[in-house]
Amino acid sequence: MVGKLLLRGMLVGLVAGILAFAFARVYGEPQVDKAIAFEEQQAQAAGGAPEPEMVSRATQAGIGLATGVLIYGAALGGLFSLVFAYAYGRLGSLGPRGTSALIAALGFLAVIVVPGLKYPASPPAVGNAETIGYRTELFFIMIVVSIAAMVAAIGLAQRLWNRLGAWNASIVAGLAFLFVFALVKAALPDINEVPENFSATVLWQFRVASLGIQLVLWTVVGLGFGAVAERVVAVRDQRSPARRYA
Amino acid sequence: MSDTTFAPSYGPVAIPVRELLPWAILGGLLLMLAIYFVGAEEGATSLIRGTYVHEFVHDGRHLLGFPCH
Repeated sequence: MVGKLLLRGMLVGLVAGILAFAFARVYGEPQVDKAIAFEEQQAQAAGGAPEPEMVSRATQAGIGLATGVLIYGAALGGLFSLVFAYAYGRLGSLGPRGTSALIAALGFLAVIVVPGLKYPASPPAVGNAETIGYRTELFFIMIVVSIAAMVAAIGLAQRLWNRLGAWNASIVAGLAFLFVFALVKAALPDINEVPENFSATVLWQFRVASLGIQLVLWTVVGLGFGAVAERVVAVRDQRSPARRYA
Repeated sequence: MSDTTFAPSYGPVAIPVRELLPWAILGGLLLMLAIYFVGAEEGATSLIRGTYVHEFVHDGRHLLGFPCH
């Protein structure tokens, strides 16, 4: 059962990865190229020799990008299926498609949007090489805290469900999540390592493209996985003692 | 209610944690390792020497939102 879901999740993630790769090629790569051109220009102006290319730009933007995005997509789909396996049947009477879509929406918010508001994606030339360890640490701390806050908020909504009704319970839980986010955002240090002359347009478009890639991934996984999971869980639901959708 | 009388009993049934746990631990670890290689290997930390993995997945790393270099 769980194995079947896991395999299907990874396959859906792979499909999502292929689509996200196409999106990244069209909308992301032009921005990466512009950022690298800026980087080289700065290096030349500083009188430094051009960095030797270990992997060609064509490889990085082609098979390298595809490898990265596809592995990421498959891994995301797999992890998603494990979360689904736990959440299904534990989120009220939500069916497989609804459960999958809800996890995707809340997951996208907790894993991508909220951490990205504090530590947004950055193109080449933005970011000091010496602070990479520090920045990576903060980035993952932000994700872990955000996921924990989301899980707690869902628990809070469930606890208030009967007393306040679904709508109001969800609003209270959402506000609690926002409050935790505001605290963490204020507590963790800011990072601003954008070079002075870096194009604001390139930075903006790079970040929009980066968000778009994630949106493609999470949407395809959220909607696609619900559809394929339906057949897997339907068999089990029918075998189990009578329990109806509310 | 009359419209549900002949419908088969059908509703979401949770998977017991006992059944889920081994998959979650093993699968979760392997999948997170995969994300680690795409997102952070030869950046902040390094299991393999050199910078080939970093350079190879370079564009994906930037565009997926990981701190790269």
